[in-house]
Amino acid sequence: MIAMRGITKRYVMGDQEVRALDGVDVDIKRNEYVALIGASGSGKSTLMNLLGCLDTPTSGSYLLNGRDTATLDDTELARVRNREIGFVFQSFHLLPRMSVLDNVAQPLVYRGTPRGERLKRARESLDRVGLGNRLSHRPNQLSGGQRQRVAVARALVGEPSILLADEPTGNLDTRTSAEIMALFDALHGQGQTVIVVTHEPDIAAHCRRTVRMSDGRIVEDRSNADRVTEHA
Amino acid sequence: MQALLEAFRAALVSLLANRLRSVLTTLGIVIGTASVIAVVSLVQGFSESIKQQLAGLGGSTLTLEAVNTNENILFGKINRITFEDLETLRYRVPGVAAVAPVMIVQTPNISYRDRTVTSEVRASTADYAPVYGRFPVKGRFIASADDQGRRRVAVIGNELVEELNLPDDPLGEYIRIGSEWFRIIGVMEKQGDLLGFSLDNYVVIPFDVGRAINGNQLRPFMQVSFTIDDVDQVDAVRDRAKRAIQTARAGTADDDTFRIQAADSVVKQFEEITRTTTAVVGGVVGISLLVGGIGIMNIMLVSVTERTREIGVLKALGATRRDILVQFLLEAALLALLGGLIGIAIGWGAGALIASLIPGFPPAAVPIWVILGAAGFSALVGVVFGIMPASKAAGLDPIEALRYE
Repeated sequence: MIAMRGITKRYVMGDQEVRALDGVDVDIKRNEYVALIGASGSGKSTLMNLLGCLDTPTSGSYLLNGRDTATLDDTELARVRNREIGFVFQSFHLLPRMSVLDNVAQPLVYRGTPRGERLKRARESLDRVGLGNRLSHRPNQLSGGQRQRVAVARALVGEPSILLADEPTGNLDTRTSAEIMALFDALHGQGQTVIVVTHEPDIAAHCRRTVRMSDGRIVEDRSNADRVTEHA
Repeated sequence: MQALLEAFRAALVSLLANRLRSVLTTLGIVIGTASVIAVVSLVQGFSESIKQQLAGLGGSTLTLEAVNTNENILFGKINRITFEDLETLRYRVPGVAAVAPVMIVQTPNISYRDRTVTSEVRASTADYAPVYGRFPVKGRFIASADDQGRRRVAVIGNELVEELNLPDDPLGEYIRIGSEWFRIIGVMEKQGDLLGFSLDNYVVIPFDVGRAINGNQLRPFMQVSFTIDDVDQVDAVRDRAKRAIQTARAGTADDDTFRIQAADSVVKQFEEITRTTTAVVGGVVGISLLVGGIGIMNIMLVSVTERTREIGVLKALGATRRDILVQFLLEAALLALLGGLIGIAIGWGAGALIASLIPGFPPAAVPIWVILGAAGFSALVGVVFGIMPASKAAGLDPIEALRYE
């Protein structure tokens, strides 16, 4: 589903050129459960931005479901994000003025889905994350764990190819983190492709495959075979 | 359409979230629109009432009057309408029907028993009634015989009955105008007020009687109104009258010393004044709306900065540049339109209040085109001044925006 070949990303900062990614090749198949780990400055955030089609590479090709996204313009990238990617952020990034239900339904607005249909699918999505009874609350009336569940529901509502989570447990305590990761495990069990960007080994251990970044390159790519058997 | 509706909803939600700020932001637009509506409503009401007053004078009544520039008056060379002009008009211009000269008699004191009031005394002929379209409600008007016989008779305006404390049926009573006694033979129909001045405070006496009282001046101040046989011939008759008077005055007067006007040209003049005033006020208020628009732009820019992260999130969720642009543009337009609507309501109220506080001022009138124009223009101001903030929002890089603290 994801095929990246020779991806590089360079930034110019002042008169210095920074090579954030320096030749990355990676394939991710449907229903994989991948942890993207690495120290800060390793290039994992840059890779996540590229995977999430928030940005385009300086060179290389990125086939997402057979489509090369490296050459798309802003509007086409927005369409791809809307249909293929479900984002979960570290600090939730819910829209504070909207109800939980409207927050979850928001991605469908950009697809032109009629409101009735949107709200129905948002409700279903909230049921999937176990929050079917908090529809009319505002995000600030919820706990951190509940907010992140809302964010997951929002990411799922458009039935994306990839659930892309950036440090999803970074703002949560250990117990709530475990709940969120259990939710990811369950979604993976239902066939969802999940990519988690993290620097915490505990979180990475939930995944079936670990990709480790360092200095803009992939330095380790292994499957967590022991955990596969444990979960199976 | 669906997308526009969604953007509209989003804009509304965001405005309602900051109610106080939204209202304060629109204040410039509110004040601008309110002042234009108030002023225009007063001017329009004024012009409506003048039109109604003059409505009785149709296009078939023409007026011959002298033209005097300030220069003329300074040098004491004052142009007047002469008795010769009157004769010319009456007998030598085909197509002229009735001719009514009006001379103001300079004896303003009128008494009845122990009451003395000041009024306007007009000396005119029997043709006054048909030419001006004003008729007596009691008794009769001046007849030609009154003129020829130099009879001391008077037709009085409605208000004088009360002012002079005359009996309910004043016909046959004697009033004193200056030092002469006049018998009342008629009371004119009521005309009402114009700008707080009564139009019913006057006396009409026979023309030649007035001439005698004025001391048989050769060239008194005089204005002549006349009607024509065929309304369609108005321009032809006017030209004919002009030429006839010029010919009769040959060698003694320039052709710019008098003019002949249709009565409805006064209405047209008022309409012109109304239009000019409205345009000037509109221009001044346009400037205040621009200031209001800059206020909106300012707040929208602040709002875009504040909501940078939110914009980043929306972009991550799949909002295109256009989605963001439309949402912020609509927000600015709604803000300005809201201000416009509040301003229209306040201006309407203020106009009505001012009109009712000034005695005799006609009621304010707000034409629908002013309302639509004001609302449309405020929305346009919002869109124009929303373009910069909205394109700033739309152009944000999602990665930068998401990282924004």
